[in-house]
Amino acid sequence: MATIYVDGTPHEVEEGQNLLQACLSLGYDLPYFCWHPALHSVGACRQCAVKQFKDERDARGRIVMACMTPVADGIRISIDDPEAREFRKSVIEWLMTNHPHDCPICDEGGSCHLQDMTVMTGHAHRRFRYKKRTYRNQCLGPFLNHEMNRCIQCYRCVRFYRDYAGGRDFDVLGSRNRVYFGRHEDGVLENEFSGNLAEICPTGVFTDKTLKKHYTRKWDLQWSPSICPHCAVGCNVSPGERYGSLRCVVNRYNDAVNGYVLCDRGRFGYEYVNSEKRIRGPLARGAGENAVEAVSKGTALERIRPWISEPERVVGIGSPRASLESNFALRALVGPERFVAGMSDPELRLARRAVSILRDGPAAPPSVAEIEACDAVVVLGEDLTNSAPRLALAVRQAVRRQPTEKAARFKIPAWDAAAVAYCCQNEKGPLLVATPAPDRLDDAATWTRRAAPDDVARLGFAIAHAVCSASPAPDAMSEADRSLAEEVARALKDAKRPAVLTGVSCGSEDVLRAAANLAWALRAEGKDARLSIALPECNSMGLALMDGGSLDQAIEAVENGSAQTLVVLENDLFRRMEKTKAERLLESAQHAIAIDCVENPTTARAEIVLPAAALYEASGTVVNNEGRAQRFDRCYVAEDNIQDGWRWLIDAMSAARRSEAKDWTSLDDVRAAMTEALPALAGVAQLRVEGGKIPRQPHRYSGRTAMRAHIDMSEPTPPEDADSPLAFSMEGYSGAEPPALQPFFWSPGWNSPSAVNKHQREIGGALRGGSPGIRLIEAAPSEKIVWFEEIPQAFSRRPDEWLLVPLSRIFGGEELSVLSPAVAERVAAACIAMNPKDAEALGLKAGDEAEIRLGGTEPIRQPLADMKELPEGVAGWPSGLPGVEWVEMLSWIGRKGTD
Amino acid sequence: MLSALKTIWLVLRHMFHRRVTVQYPETSNYLAPRYRGRIVLTRDPDGEERCVACYLCAAVCPVDCISLQATEDEHGRRYPEFFRINFSRCIFCGFCEEACPTYSIQLTPDNEMSEYKRKNLVYEKDDLLISGPGKYHDYNFYRVAGLAIQGKDKGEAENEEPPVDVRSLLP
Repeated sequence: MATIYVDGTPHEVEEGQNLLQACLSLGYDLPYFCWHPALHSVGACRQCAVKQFKDERDARGRIVMACMTPVADGIRISIDDPEAREFRKSVIEWLMTNHPHDCPICDEGGSCHLQDMTVMTGHAHRRFRYKKRTYRNQCLGPFLNHEMNRCIQCYRCVRFYRDYAGGRDFDVLGSRNRVYFGRHEDGVLENEFSGNLAEICPTGVFTDKTLKKHYTRKWDLQWSPSICPHCAVGCNVSPGERYGSLRCVVNRYNDAVNGYVLCDRGRFGYEYVNSEKRIRGPLARGAGENAVEAVSKGTALERIRPWISEPERVVGIGSPRASLESNFALRALVGPERFVAGMSDPELRLARRAVSILRDGPAAPPSVAEIEACDAVVVLGEDLTNSAPRLALAVRQAVRRQPTEKAARFKIPAWDAAAVAYCCQNEKGPLLVATPAPDRLDDAATWTRRAAPDDVARLGFAIAHAVCSASPAPDAMSEADRSLAEEVARALKDAKRPAVLTGVSCGSEDVLRAAANLAWALRAEGKDARLSIALPECNSMGLALMDGGSLDQAIEAVENGSAQTLVVLENDLFRRMEKTKAERLLESAQHAIAIDCVENPTTARAEIVLPAAALYEASGTVVNNEGRAQRFDRCYVAEDNIQDGWRWLIDAMSAARRSEAKDWTSLDDVRAAMTEALPALAGVAQLRVEGGKIPRQPHRYSGRTAMRAHIDMSEPTPPEDADSPLAFSMEGYSGAEPPALQPFFWSPGWNSPSAVNKHQREIGGALRGGSPGIRLIEAAPSEKIVWFEEIPQAFSRRPDEWLLVPLSRIFGGEELSVLSPAVAERVAAACIAMNPKDAEALGLKAGDEAEIRLGGTEPIRQPLADMKELPEGVAGWPSGLPGVEWVEMLSWIGRKGTD
Repeated sequence: MLSALKTIWLVLRHMFHRRVTVQYPETSNYLAPRYRGRIVLTRDPDGEERCVACYLCAAVCPVDCISLQATEDEHGRRYPEFFRINFSRCIFCGFCEEACPTYSIQLTPDNEMSEYKRKNLVYEKDDLLISGPGKYHDYNFYRVAGLAIQGKDKGEAENEEPPVDVRSLLP
């Protein structure tokens, strides 16, 4: 700790930070531009000038940049000094000489860091009489709007895009006062994190293009604390609503999970909520050909009442994209024996294996922030950028951060970004990416290895053995793999906090076992090793912690006639089994009830369809990769008869006069029953505040007395939310909200995303109330490690047969986000990928249509793409892309089936 | 006694004063142009809508009686898709006029707005938009803003340099 004197007041602050950080942490308002907590200092904008004095007798002092001055014991500075104030005001005035007169038509207005800083310094009158510089803009794709005139040359964008996110197609161009931030030519920004530029840019150069289509100011949006539904990382987001439609999704800071950054799928995938494919009222399908009619809620419940009155005759299919509460309500409806987790057999087996590895082994799952702090990373079998993008970005940070430890030896503080970068040059921390298909992380990797899943697993086992000889060794390793394993093992042994990241998307349990052995071997060697397993969906981990069976059980129950009614909760069965199998399941059930938010092949075949709320309209809890249970609260009450999945199930149970849910009136009741019934979820707690409900709307929220005036002159009372301590109002609780309940970040004078500064204990650290979420999985103490002994044989290619491995896709690979028009624009063409040598052997070339037959079903036609990195004997399948049928991973396709 | 006489005297004197009451509606009082009555949306000197849907009027409105939605034409010019003022709530404070960065929203001296049905006091954009520039004849926001719209490319606004040639290497 050091004592610093700010305007004569002594403060105790942490050493090793810079003055700007310290002052902001202490609550002082000090303007800045080029500095960002995630990007650190470069001292480019000269905005955070303060006066530093030699000692208490020094009255003259000298101006220094707070962001470039380390905190030192006894340092005396003045923020309020007239000369420093004048300096800061002049800096803004210079920046404003070229800033256009755009605020009224700028999407950043109202959440603009430049506006806030200008007001803070007091610059109000333009004295500069000369002309303003102008630029032409670029078309940067469906996500971001570019308006270069507004640029203040702080370089944050290029530092984020290139240095932080590893993008290559964006840079600072030109010379002199003509510098330009953009691509070398118009085109889509390729990086998966480009959307963050809208928040990183302190002014309106980069703004959210999807928001622009239905633009609303930040103060006019109704926000809620929510969780991104598009992958299993569980990034915290704030969705914003106006006039009954969802307008945007912004980052909600959680230091342990997403920090300051979201991926583009999470940020721009929200528009599925407004999609035309939404189911907006209960539907009943009659006997006739496609006779669908909209029915009232009462009629729908009356129709299903007799079907569900006997739970023994009902089987319920849960969903890894529905909340724990919805799944639990379904479990209550059908009884624990007939509740299935809504995952196929291999899928559920892998998820359960992931849970057992994390819970019974000594390596705990790391938070995203903990991955960023790792100093050696091994990625086994998972294309993280496409399946859990935020984790991939965390790996990038780990790789980038590791060499900076060297900078400390030269007494360069970690926050001095330019000096650290100069010191480390192009050095990177050790990273092994071993996957079947080329990976976006390859450019950051020290070693890459393309291999079939079995070989990836064997490599993992080999490294584990090289790290700790107690771990079993694979036999007959190739010389290249053996030396690679030893090299990686050496790097891991040199590290203090190595991390092993893997995932289930390639469908191989051996890869999980290998990753577990490796992480445990590192633990056995005394390393603080972490093991992260990426699961596919936002609540996959939650479902794995619940007790349901797999879809095969549902099929069995329906086909042997023990169950007559099938209740499918927020789940498209056609994404989890072959088309014919799913069709047969839905047809052989006498009655099929689907509860979902969007139309899909399952709802198209259900007899009764009930409209579920999309995640942003719903309340509940989901559990992420890390085992962190995070609550989300509805942003607005969806129109018509749309309600939460669990609410429909409670209504159905009360319509059938079932006793299970007779005391359940709100989410808290469901939650209480759930934690009692399922000890694995016992940590999921209620959260209430005293002293009124927390307003979802900013205090500037406008138009209350006009927005409905054209419909009805009398203004209705806002809806009550019995399920959370939040109100659909601009009034209510004032004070520090618990961070899990904070709908948006705002502080007087801080309207931009930088307002989060005012809600953190210290800048870049945890929020004042702690990191939201409760971890449900803690690692077992590491006295005795039970190694996985079964090691797969080396992959041997079969003559004229190919092993299918997944090609995960960030855009299009997920069911809901692809309904967002902006994301849909970025979906890559579906294709089956093969090594060109294999293609040649088949007499095919890239672009030819391959016909694939699996298990005697109808042939699937798919254009062929060359992927020379793919190992021979392996074919890449774009699983999950629109129009691409479900195929079980790691199945073999043969020559006979391909022509 | 004395005060009573004083009062009678005062009343008598007033009999010879000029009459203040006017026979409304046959005659009406003069209201200065700055009088705050019915709100209008004006057009710029080129005849285009001045409102750029910046939401500032709605934000500043103390009774929250303005609601609107921004949209854009194909060239990027922003305008309100709908613009609604609920005059049954309006208190004619004029904050919206003060907040308006484009001189679009203006209060006029017209105060004859009574209606039998409250619903008729809800004015939509069609009811609010007038064909002239109102009190400010010359101001055209898009001529000073940096945004390119149809008929005004980058660098063509007032006080603007032509667009930078990024590829230039001249010192």
